[in-house]
Amino acid sequence: MITALLLFWPALAALLVLLIKGEGAKKVAFIATLVEFAIALFATVNFVPDATTQFAIDTPWVERAGIGFSIGMDGISLLMVLLTTFLVPLIVLSSFKHDYKNPHVFYALVLFMQTGLIGVFVSMDAFLFYFFWEVALIPIYFIAAIWGGARRIPVTFKFFIYTIFGSLFMLAAFIYLYFQTAGTELAAHSSNVNAFYQLTMDSATQSWIFWFLFLAFAIKMPVFPFHTWQPDTYTESPTQATMLLAGIMLKMGIYGVIRWLLPVVPLGVSQWADTVLVLSIIGIIYGSIIAIRQHDLKRLIAYSSIAHVGLIAAGIFTLNEQGLQGGMIQMLSHGINVVGLFFIIDIIFRRTNTREISNLGGITQTTPALSIMFLILLMGSVALPLTNGFIGEFLLLSSVFQYNYIFGAVAGMTIILAAVYMLRMFQGVMFGTKSEATESFADLTFHEKAVLIPLVIMVFWIGLFPNTFLSISEPAVGQLLSIINR
Amino acid sequence: MISIILLSGFGIINLFVGFLKSKRILLPLSLLFLAIVFGINLLDWNDTKSYFDNMITIDNFAVAFTGIMVLSTLLILPFTQHYITRNDENIGELYALILFSLVGAIMMVSYNNMLMLFIGIEILSIAMYVLAGSDKQSMRSAEAALKYFLMGSFFTGVMLFGIVMVYGATGTFNIAEIAGSAEALGTGGVNNVMFMLGVLIIIIGISFKVSAAPFHFWTPDVYEGTPTVWTAYMSTVVKTAGVAAFYKLMDAAFAASYPGWMPTLVAIIVLSLLIGNVGAVVQQSMKRMLAYSSISHAGYLLMTLLAFNNLSTSAILFYSFAYSTASIAAFGVLQLVSRQRQSENYEAFNGLGKTNPLLAFSVAVAMLSLAGIPLTAGFFGKFFVFSALIEQPNMMWLIVVAVILAAVGIYYYFRVVIAMYLHPVAEGHTAIKSTSFINAMLIIITALTILLGIAPALLSGVL
Repeated sequence: MITALLLFWPALAALLVLLIKGEGAKKVAFIATLVEFAIALFATVNFVPDATTQFAIDTPWVERAGIGFSIGMDGISLLMVLLTTFLVPLIVLSSFKHDYKNPHVFYALVLFMQTGLIGVFVSMDAFLFYFFWEVALIPIYFIAAIWGGARRIPVTFKFFIYTIFGSLFMLAAFIYLYFQTAGTELAAHSSNVNAFYQLTMDSATQSWIFWFLFLAFAIKMPVFPFHTWQPDTYTESPTQATMLLAGIMLKMGIYGVIRWLLPVVPLGVSQWADTVLVLSIIGIIYGSIIAIRQHDLKRLIAYSSIAHVGLIAAGIFTLNEQGLQGGMIQMLSHGINVVGLFFIIDIIFRRTNTREISNLGGITQTTPALSIMFLILLMGSVALPLTNGFIGEFLLLSSVFQYNYIFGAVAGMTIILAAVYMLRMFQGVMFGTKSEATESFADLTFHEKAVLIPLVIMVFWIGLFPNTFLSISEPAVGQLLSIINR
Repeated sequence: MISIILLSGFGIINLFVGFLKSKRILLPLSLLFLAIVFGINLLDWNDTKSYFDNMITIDNFAVAFTGIMVLSTLLILPFTQHYITRNDENIGELYALILFSLVGAIMMVSYNNMLMLFIGIEILSIAMYVLAGSDKQSMRSAEAALKYFLMGSFFTGVMLFGIVMVYGATGTFNIAEIAGSAEALGTGGVNNVMFMLGVLIIIIGISFKVSAAPFHFWTPDVYEGTPTVWTAYMSTVVKTAGVAAFYKLMDAAFAASYPGWMPTLVAIIVLSLLIGNVGAVVQQSMKRMLAYSSISHAGYLLMTLLAFNNLSTSAILFYSFAYSTASIAAFGVLQLVSRQRQSENYEAFNGLGKTNPLLAFSVAVAMLSLAGIPLTAGFFGKFFVFSALIEQPNMMWLIVVAVILAAVGIYYYFRVVIAMYLHPVAEGHTAIKSTSFINAMLIIITALTILLGIAPALLSGVL
């Protein structure tokens, strides 16, 4: 019941917000997302930390074809739901100072998107998963394309076509898998996740299914070389859309790999894991090096995101527990850090009207609060010990080392390179002499603090007490590994 | 059966009502007739009966397809409202013709005999030739009618030739008996030259009717020239009837000769998908784009013919209806827009999201549905078609081709959405005038599309 509530409440709230013209919309949307977060917290409190799928609902959807409306949460889903429900209120709050045209449509789309995201994370049926996967895409496309920057139309269009192209392959693979499940009658087939986990196919079949599925997930994450839509889309989208994309939506791809790729085609994974690791590690180095060369703050973070996601992908494809657990915790950390960083860029942009590093400088002199928060989030991103990034990257790197020490050594460059581009950015923006644009730079307002403080708290919480979160996903990850190694 | 007789009678009544001074009554009357037929048709559910010496069989297949075709016509007719308000001359004929053509369509889904199939196609087609040319002021409309008529009658001739050859080889017109004789010929008649040639020629004839490539050359021009509301009819009811008839023929008569005609049909499908989707990309006119998209949808629909399993018929039924509702909304709004802005290009839709939110929303949902994106009926249409085919061995590559080309489709469908929501309103463009009746219809159509996208079992469980 609680899963259904989590799933449908944002959609209901979206309809409600649509009816409210004017400024009231953002307040209602904010309250609605807070309620959603409260529901998620309630679910967490009642969650029993074992490997079972809890709060499950399983009713027929397309009965004739044996497709069920199966939703539920295990530890992996719960963490993703927590991340989503934690970030969305902050994303809504971060937009309070923006005057978007047609605010009711804007916030309705954000809420509608939340339903899609939650749906992806709680679906236990392949077709339901695909359904929500696309449902999440449509609102974000419109948010980015309507309220975005000057080149928004071609850029978001490319993003849309690119992701749909990938997901159609996923659909084809799901249909194939569905017909592989036991049963001759149509209704006897099943698209339930557990039915998929029980499939046994020869390695040639698994090999092509692997690529069909991986294409969809790799485009969404994005893994090198499927990343070309990403920097432009992040740059042109309005900040809130960028936060949704980078903070939550790319986790759909990683989550998809964990839930729908690794356990379903383990033979395919073992054949191609090396390839994927190489691609991911190329992505790490490539993203980092390009990030170093960026002048635009938003683009810099966009490329850094490719590097971070590359490490997560490399870690989970090592198929050991550290890698998967590291991937889980790093998904949370990356979501928190990247949303915070994009928000800080937005703050700087709104006060100075520029995102060029060379036009900025000397901001620290008048802004103690902003400087501290910026630094903390930045340190989280660079994976300094005590911060959240350290836990995730440590686990991920150690798993890659165990897999292959050369891979590990190359991937380990990420920490050095991240320090280079992040500190270079911080230096250029915050230190030095004041420029024309930063002449009268005011410190954080109450609203801005309200967004950043929870994020900063989470940076330390995950950094100091990672077990709060690791223990939630641990049994589920263990069970997943036993399915993979069956 | 009663529905065929009733519709013929109602058509004649419409002709006479057309003589009245005020023709306002024609539209509500026709809608009433269609509603009656829709209801009466359902009485035959689960009550299979044969008529006319076993020429026609009304089974669940026929009832279901008759149902969605009558319903589609019901949804299209409101867009003829401008004929009524202008009180044009001779519009009684148009309302009569549409009912007559529906008679042909019903015969195409309930035939049991090749002659009835032929007669059904002719009844449908002749009415369509006239409707294509019904805008007498327009040269394009006259051109469309002439083109459609010449090509159409040529291909009906071709098809008749095929029917005769099959008759020559098997000695019967009855589709069940043809299947029996084909068995007797050995290996489903694949090695009998006259029989196989006949089958292939029939396939070519029907492919023309459902505008599948490479027999699609008439489609863009005829669709463009025909008055938009009849284009909507052409691309929905005519296509539904054509594909249903095609499936029934292949299933009932030629199933055993599958290896013989499968390569031809695969070629037709691949070409339709390719030409339809790629052709649509380069169009500037939305109406031509929809024409090419209708070619590609013929390709998707025909994919079900390669898979005879219990999912095929419901896949056709669902896909046809999903495609019909989306097309009706698209053509319906296109008609309103092009009449006021004198242009059928994408630019005419610029800023429609601001000036007419309702029209824009219904077109957006229609485009999403045509593109096959979840939450809309079109997604489950494609889903069922792919599911039906995937059980067939060695057809995975065709699904991959279809999937890639479906992604191409998203490009041109989204151009409309982008024009409506992201481009500013052109100068001098005011809101499109629409009537509350048409608005209500658009709401119903859009609601249907979304409803079937969320609860597909409502329709997929029927057959």
